[in-house]
Amino acid sequence: MSKSEPSVAQAPNDVKMETRNVNISYGSNQAIRDVDLDIADRSVTALIGPSGCGKSTYLRALNRMNDTIDSCRFEGHILLDGEDIYGRGVDPVEVRRRVGMVFQKSNPFPKSIFDNVAFGLRIGGEKDKDVIAERVEESLKGAALWDEVKDRLQTSALGLSGGQQQRLCIARCLAVWPEVILMDEPASALDPIATAKIEELIRELREQYTIVIVTHSMQQAARVSDSTAFFYMGELIEHGKTDMMFTRPAKKRTEEYISGRFG
Amino acid sequence: MRHTKKDWLLAGLTGLSLAVILLLLAVLLGQIIWHGAPVISAEFLTEKPGADMISGGIWPAIYGTVFMTLLMTLAGVPVGIATAIFLNEYASPRSRIAKVVRLAVNNLAGVPSIVFGLFGLGFFIIFVGGSIDSLLYDDPTPVWGKPSILWASLTLAVLTLPVVIVTTEEALRTVPRELRDASLALGATRFQTVYKIVLPNAKGGILTGVILAVSRGAGEVAPIIFCGAANFLPYLPTDLRDMFMHLGYHVYALATQSPNVDAAQPTLFGTVLVLLVLTFSLNLLAVIIRARSRAALRP
Repeated sequence: MSKSEPSVAQAPNDVKMETRNVNISYGSNQAIRDVDLDIADRSVTALIGPSGCGKSTYLRALNRMNDTIDSCRFEGHILLDGEDIYGRGVDPVEVRRRVGMVFQKSNPFPKSIFDNVAFGLRIGGEKDKDVIAERVEESLKGAALWDEVKDRLQTSALGLSGGQQQRLCIARCLAVWPEVILMDEPASALDPIATAKIEELIRELREQYTIVIVTHSMQQAARVSDSTAFFYMGELIEHGKTDMMFTRPAKKRTEEYISGRFG
Repeated sequence: MRHTKKDWLLAGLTGLSLAVILLLLAVLLGQIIWHGAPVISAEFLTEKPGADMISGGIWPAIYGTVFMTLLMTLAGVPVGIATAIFLNEYASPRSRIAKVVRLAVNNLAGVPSIVFGLFGLGFFIIFVGGSIDSLLYDDPTPVWGKPSILWASLTLAVLTLPVVIVTTEEALRTVPRELRDASLALGATRFQTVYKIVLPNAKGGILTGVILAVSRGAGEVAPIIFCGAANFLPYLPTDLRDMFMHLGYHVYALATQSPNVDAAQPTLFGTVLVLLVLTFSLNLLAVIIRARSRAALRP
């Protein structure tokens, strides 16, 4: 691996990703309309909104996962460190190495715990066994899972509990040194204790990574995020500091949604 | 659970049909084993047939069947698996090529096997073989343009192709989309995702389908009648252009072409038994592989 960990010298709250005039549609159905959004470096940005508002579609655009959906059309620009990830000649595989993703349903490979975490390194061409072992350990520690699995790294990942599986997916994502981590409702299928662990983990990861999280839970957004973006019917209604959004939202719709009047 | 009259009726009817099927199978197998087993001996399995086709053994037919099955597998299975991977992993669901290929595959699966035999004769032997001959040789005696084990195997490869494609596609479809997404999101290319995630997870299903297709191909007779199977040929094929004996075809020959059909009966049953054992062991292998791959996916 030639890539190093993100340098600490960068000032926090620089803009890591910029979204400009983004429109996304599935066939004739427009899912995202003219969205402009800046995502701050090393912070947690929460995307909230009612089901079908386009927040997941938007999230998947940030690492070009929508490319794998045949009917999905993208227009606009998304800049990562100032460079358009939809630009000519940009390889989506390279984008996804820098912008990792954790899915709603934990999806470990039916392989051992070790092989799950090592997968990204191996496909990236890393062959040195010591390097892989070291990175697997670091990643599992980074995802607060090491102590629970260190004695059974060679057993199947499918034997882990739901919460452990999701943290394994986070570890797998960390292993390839991403700069940004996208999380699509990472705790929605977990019990409250497992959810609390994931949330604690997100707060720790913020020190090193830029995190964008889609969540259905207002409380979760309030607990983990620095800024919050509210989506409604494919449009970005409001984006601001989380404490401001939850106490004094600028738009009426945001207030109605947050206070539970619809959605 | 309380059973009503209808439940009992249904249970009775389904049980009866099960009994009928088992009975038929038992009679069929019993017949074959009863008449065939006494004939089986080391000599029967390793000797050439005698000039009357009844005495001696059936070794050339066993050898021919296995050789042909191997050639057929080598020729057809890789193409079939590759086609299925293309259809399921690369072609977009709306792609016109994919639609045409799927339509062709489904139609191919419904074609009677004798038609494949005529196709083999017309395409492989007369067209391909004949073209090679007229390009390479001045001599009017055909070298490639005549029935041979190569053309018979290729004809059967075409016959088994639809089964391989359909079962491989089914196996690929059982791999959850989430696993593909996880792999792609880690920066894997599409090829890496297919090679490292999709294929290992579909391996059991693919192998099962392939073996079932192969075992079907191994026992087919109609397609090879015109394409290379020999009535009586007490020599082993040493060249791809040689003709060969085949267990299934040998059964047909013994039953219809033998000078003394009644005297041929024991040899006939022995040959059937050997053919059945060969295809059954292939099917058994498929069952074992399927069970193993299912167990491997469990935590």
